[in-house]
Amino acid sequence: MKKLFRVIATVGAALTLCAATASAGNLVIKGSTTVLPISQLAVEAYMKAHPDVNISLSGGGSSNGIKAIIDGSTDIANASRFIKNKEVALAQEKGVYPVPFAVAYDSIIPIVHPSNNLTNITRAQLKDIYMGKITNFKDIGGPDLKIVVCSRDTSSGTYETWEGKVMNKERVSPAAQVMASNGAIVQAVSNNKYALGYIGIGYVNDSIRPLKVDGVEGTKESTLNGTFPISRPLFMFTNGWPKGDTLNFVNYMLHPEKGQKHVEAAGYVPLY
Amino acid sequence: MANRRQTTERSMQALFFIIATASISILFLIMLFLFKEGLPIFKTVSVTDFVFGKYWYPTSDPADFGIFPLIVASVAVTAVSGAIAVPLGVMTAIYLSEIATPRVGEIVKPVVELLAALPSVVIGFFGMVLVAPFLQRIFDIPTGLNLFNASLMLAFMSIPTICSISEDAIHSVPGALREASVALGATELQTIVRVVVPASLSGISTAIILGLSRAVGETMVVLMVAGGAAMLPGSIFDPVRPMPASIAAEMAEAPVGGEHYYALFATGIVLFIFTMLFNIVADHIAHRYSQVGEASL
Repeated sequence: MKKLFRVIATVGAALTLCAATASAGNLVIKGSTTVLPISQLAVEAYMKAHPDVNISLSGGGSSNGIKAIIDGSTDIANASRFIKNKEVALAQEKGVYPVPFAVAYDSIIPIVHPSNNLTNITRAQLKDIYMGKITNFKDIGGPDLKIVVCSRDTSSGTYETWEGKVMNKERVSPAAQVMASNGAIVQAVSNNKYALGYIGIGYVNDSIRPLKVDGVEGTKESTLNGTFPISRPLFMFTNGWPKGDTLNFVNYMLHPEKGQKHVEAAGYVPLY
Repeated sequence: MANRRQTTERSMQALFFIIATASISILFLIMLFLFKEGLPIFKTVSVTDFVFGKYWYPTSDPADFGIFPLIVASVAVTAVSGAIAVPLGVMTAIYLSEIATPRVGEIVKPVVELLAALPSVVIGFFGMVLVAPFLQRIFDIPTGLNLFNASLMLAFMSIPTICSISEDAIHSVPGALREASVALGATELQTIVRVVVPASLSGISTAIILGLSRAVGETMVVLMVAGGAAMLPGSIFDPVRPMPASIAAEMAEAPVGGEHYYALFATGIVLFIFTMLFNIVADHIAHRYSQVGEASL
C-alpha cells in the first residue's frame, strides 16, 4: 500500500513539473488546406528566426478555422474565403471580433488526368458537369470517357468559392465524390483518367493537367490582373486586433521580403 | 488477523463496485448527451423526413437534412463486407481448429490475430493508394473509391474478430461429440458440417455479429476509401458515404448548437440504435442456442 502511494506521489510530481515547463510563446494556427502550404513555409522560417516561439499548425478546412477563432481554440484562422454573415453573427454573440488580413491571391484551377486531351472548359460547362447534367467528356470536346466529378467537403473554402463563382447557387450533385483536402483531389485525379477536380493554384504539379477556363490559363498574371474567372484572396483571421506573437507573425506574413516570398514559393500569388 | 482480512476483502469489493458503477454511469451519461444534442433537430425536420430524406445538404441555404443515402450506404457496406468476411473468417476458424496440424495452427492463428493490430488508418491508406487504382484497372470502372473497396477493407478488419472468436467456439465443442460421430461411421467432413459447426453455432453467430458491428462503426476506413458521395448507390462500384464518415468529416465545421450540429448528433443516434440492435441480436442468439450439456444439438 505504501509503495502504491509513493508511485502516485512521484507521478503527480512529474505532472506538475511538465505543466510548469510549458513555454510562454505559443501560437495556434488552424484552417484552410489551401493556405496550408504558405503557412507551412512561413511557420518553419519564423520558428527558425524566433526559437522561443512554438507554433502548431493544422488544416481541416476554412470553416473549421473560423469556427476555432469563434470558440477561442486558435490564435489565427486560415481561410480561403471571407467570413460569412452567419459566422459574424455567431462571433458577436460570443463577444469575438474577427479581423481579416488578406495574405495572398489564389485561383481555383480545374484539373484532369494528364492523359486527357481536354485543354479548355467554360464556366457554364463546369456548372453543368457539377450539377450532373453533363456526364461525358465528349460532350465538351474531350475524349469519350465518363466524368468522375471530384468535389470538396462542405468545410472547404475552395468549395464555397466554387459554389459562388461557378455554381451560381445551384447545388453540386450528390453523385460527386467528396475529398477532404486539395491534396486528396490531386491524389485522386492523378490516378484516374475519368476524374475532374478543382484545386488551389499552389497545388498544381506535373501529375495532373490544369485546364484553361473560358480560354484563360490560370497563372500569376491572370490572377493578378483579374482575367482568370475563378480567383479569390486568401485570408488569415485573428481574434480582435492582433497583439504580441500573433501580431509579429501577421506582420511577418505581410512583409514583402519575408512572408510574401513564401507565398510565391508555395505557388500562390503574392500581394506585392 | 482474520478481522484484517475481512476488512481488506470488503474494501476491495467496495473499490471494484465503485469502479464498475463509474464506468457504467459514464457510458450512460455519454448516451444521455448524445440524445440531448441530437433530438433538437426534430424541431426543424420531422423524423420521417430525416430518416427517409434523399438529400444531405447541411450547409446550403435552405438546408436539407435527409440521411437515407447515408443509412443505405452503411447497411450496404456492412452487408457486402459481411458477405466477404463471414465465409473467410468462419472457414479459417474451422480449418485452424479441426483440420490444421497443431504446428500450422500455432503459426497461422497469431498471424490472423496480427491483422487485428493493423491501425484502421493504415488499412484506409492501403485501400486508397493501392487497392483503388487496382480495382479501377481490373474492373474498368470510373473510380476505385467506392462501396466495394470500402467493404473489402472492412472485411479485412472484421476477419480477425470473426475468426478468433469462432475458433474458440469450435475448439470448445466437447471431444465426445466428435468421437461419437466418427464412431457412427461419419467422415471427417460430415462430422464438421453436421456436428461440430451446429454445436458451436451460438459462438459463431456471436463472432459474426461482433465482427459486423466493428464494420458498422468503423470511421477512418470509410472516410478514406468509400468515395464520400451522399447518394443512393446503384451498384457496388458506386461511391458512397456511410454515416460515420459523414459525422467525422463534418463535425469539426458544424457550429455548436446549430442545426447542422444537431443533425450530426441525430445521425449518431441512428448509428447507436444500429449497433445496439446488433448487440441485442448477438446476445439473444448466444442465449438461445447456447449449448447445455454434451448432447443438446
